[in-house]
Amino acid sequence: MEQTINIIPIQYYMLLCTLLFVIGVAGVLIKRNALVIFMSIEIMLNSVNLLLVAFSVYHNDPAGQIFVFFVMIVAAAEVAVGLALVVMVYRHTHSIDIDFLNKLKW
Amino acid sequence: MMNIVWLIPLFPLLGFLIAGLNVRRISVVISGWVASAMILLSFILSLLVFLKLAGGAPSETIRLFDWIKSGDLNIPFEFLIDPLSSIMMLIITGVGLLIHIYSIGYMHGDEGFNKFFAYMNLFIFFMLLLVMGGSYMVMFIGWEGVGLCSYLLIGFWNRNHENNNAAKKAFIMNRIGDLGFLLGMFLIFTTFGSLSYSIVFAKASVLSPGTIVITIITLLLFAGATGKSAQIPLLTWLPDAMAGPTPVSALIHAATMVTAGIYMVARSNILYALSPVSMSVVTTVGLTTALLAAVIALFQNDIKKVLAYSTISQLGLMFLGLGVGAFAGAMFHLLTHAFFKALLFLAAGVIIHALDGEQDIRKMGGLQKKLPWTYFIFLTGALTISGIPPFAGFFSKDEILAAAFSKSPVLWISGIIVSIMTSFYIFRLFWLTFKGSFRGTSINSNDIHEGPRLMIIPVLILAIFSALGAVPLVLNGIENNSLAEFLNPVFKTTAGILQKGSALSTGTNSALMIITFIFMVLSIYISYVVFFKREKVPAGDASQRMGFIKAAYNKFYIDEIYETLIVKPVSGLSGFLQNKIDFKIFDRIVESIGRLVMSAGSKIRLLQTGNVGFYLFAIVICIIMVLVFNLFK
Amino acid sequence: MLTKYLFYFFSILAIFASVMVLMSKKPIHSVLYLTLAFLAIAGHFILLNAQFIAIVNVIVYAGAIMVLFLFTVMLLNLNIAIEHQKSNLIKITAVIAAGLLFVTITGATKKLDIVYNHNQVVTQIGMVKNLGKILFSDFRLPFEVSGILFLSAMVGTVMLGKKTGD
Repeated sequence: MEQTINIIPIQYYMLLCTLLFVIGVAGVLIKRNALVIFMSIEIMLNSVNLLLVAFSVYHNDPAGQIFVFFVMIVAAAEVAVGLALVVMVYRHTHSIDIDFLNKLKW
Repeated sequence: MMNIVWLIPLFPLLGFLIAGLNVRRISVVISGWVASAMILLSFILSLLVFLKLAGGAPSETIRLFDWIKSGDLNIPFEFLIDPLSSIMMLIITGVGLLIHIYSIGYMHGDEGFNKFFAYMNLFIFFMLLLVMGGSYMVMFIGWEGVGLCSYLLIGFWNRNHENNNAAKKAFIMNRIGDLGFLLGMFLIFTTFGSLSYSIVFAKASVLSPGTIVITIITLLLFAGATGKSAQIPLLTWLPDAMAGPTPVSALIHAATMVTAGIYMVARSNILYALSPVSMSVVTTVGLTTALLAAVIALFQNDIKKVLAYSTISQLGLMFLGLGVGAFAGAMFHLLTHAFFKALLFLAAGVIIHALDGEQDIRKMGGLQKKLPWTYFIFLTGALTISGIPPFAGFFSKDEILAAAFSKSPVLWISGIIVSIMTSFYIFRLFWLTFKGSFRGTSINSNDIHEGPRLMIIPVLILAIFSALGAVPLVLNGIENNSLAEFLNPVFKTTAGILQKGSALSTGTNSALMIITFIFMVLSIYISYVVFFKREKVPAGDASQRMGFIKAAYNKFYIDEIYETLIVKPVSGLSGFLQNKIDFKIFDRIVESIGRLVMSAGSKIRLLQTGNVGFYLFAIVICIIMVLVFNLFK
Repeated sequence: MLTKYLFYFFSILAIFASVMVLMSKKPIHSVLYLTLAFLAIAGHFILLNAQFIAIVNVIVYAGAIMVLFLFTVMLLNLNIAIEHQKSNLIKITAVIAAGLLFVTITGATKKLDIVYNHNQVVTQIGMVKNLGKILFSDFRLPFEVSGILFLSAMVGTVMLGKKTGD
């Protein structure tokens, strides 16, 4: 089996990752469900991870993959805390619709 | 011995803390005796120090610790133990002890008993700091501290608003003087680079007389002295200060604190000697004050007011002595004055105590039979202040007058006039109080009793001192009395600078003494005729008075003049500044800034919808903008 | 050629799954599509010979995080499509903004001048052994610190999840 790096240009990965990232951004903007917004953020994180690994491989530098590892660690922690927050919000407002979260002003 | 002198001011401080921190807990009996015991301990130590110095021990500067240290500025906390401070320490602790014991009787039953003794001990502490300090800085702490205690004790009965006003008046007037003192201190520091006496005086003694900066320094310091010692122009607070309890008047406003100005000038004798201008200013102010206060005292009817003006007058006399270069004489008079004026005040206190707070001499009279001890004591005091030999006042007053005569006969004549008036008003007081018939209305004459033994005994001791205390000192002659000998190390340099003209010959001196004596006796006789033989009683407040007498009765309208010249313009100006400048201009500027921010905020805050979705949107837009900016950079 | 097809397959799968995350009405469907997207990305990792990351991605994302999401969905009983949609205006603006971002990023990356040797030797850096060595030698401290991060995240979560006094 041929290796990816020999036949797929890095630009393809960049395009793919940008597309995934933008889908995530659009999800954050469109959706009102806090849970789905969270998922969109996960998509964005994953697209960045993918690009980092791609660069790491193309550059022949392991640091990129190590970095991805740490990004995953942070993402896991973030999801844990974030979902706890969502649960708390739900407990207080009985909804996870972010349009109801309009106390954050003045 | 010398390394434990710091204990001397520490004991009163300890007493203050014991009484002050346990105002509501400690029993009334204990606090008075504890306070007195603390003063007694200080007195014993002061006596030991004095004996050591009298035995020929040299003066010593004791450096306790570095206090303020910053760059070139190094102000150590130091004490200077020399004959001058030793004498002052003896006066303060000695008279202070007697007055403390007296107060136990006088203040008995007062609800602020413990507070009173706490303040008194604090006062003694600060006064000791003032006289023991080895630099102007330490003196200044004491200077301010005694001012504070004076304020607290004048307004001691603070339920009465008049008392509070008197306290404030004293404090503010002192503040004016203190400003001069502070400026003088700054100037000393910039000129000599230090505030320690040892350095300042050593550097000053090599300067030539008449240096302008010395004149400014001494005049500024003298401004402080006029405040503390109630001289013209800052004299009006002292009569009002009589609002405080009588022991306070005796201790603070007669014996010790008001003499702080004298002490300060005597301490800075080298500086003053270098400035003939300042010396003449001191002379003039002292003499004018002495005359003015004596005239006012002639026409007062409040027993404590008379004594207060008498104090001002005597302080003026001391300044006269300082001004003509008789530093030792002034200190001598300070010493005797501390005794006899404390004595007079305490005797007056017994009278007031017996008459249930009555202070008007028109409502006294015939008290000789009721208060025999007080009668005897007051007579001693009156004779002493009048300067009848061999009572102490005679010698000290004579020394000042002799020095004044050698300077200028005019000064001597003025001094004699002051003395005549002094003996006249004090005997006027005496006759009106003790002779004749009882004129009081509010109290039955059968209810009048002699004060408790606790009050009489301290006063008796003072009486003995003021009567005979000076005799041992003058055995070697009046001009070269033992006190002058003792103080000689302090004033030696000054005497060299002043190059005093040849001392008066013994003949002249004796002649002057005899003239003085004759005048005194004459003056006493006149008052005897007027107030005893004819039993003339001063007219009531409402009665008509003419010209000069009216002016003197109304204290020459000094308070009213200050009211018109200073207080009214200043309060008018502050009113103008407050209503026109502050409210109309500054407040408006500040408020309009605030309003601007408020109104801007009320518009801008609408951007913050609180909607999380909107915030996310904003974040994305901003990220895009940053990227675009980077792209086309 | 298989690699090329696999690349396109995984790419399209990832994009499709991601879009479906947004399009689904029910949160539970979104979660499942997200799992699919993660698996597609894990496939990309394998194509790039980054085996360690691929495994971790499956375990952490498709495993742990997805379980968390599912758990939350079920816990809050969100399976019914209760979601109110945003207004069309906002949707259009959001899509335009996202499109703008896409154009901007693509434009920015287009300007880059990246040249790679297409015949370079296939590296083995993505192997568990290699990465492990680096992780436990050069990156010891961040590794330990991430442990502390987890601990604090756990404490925070427990604190948040605790029933308050109300």
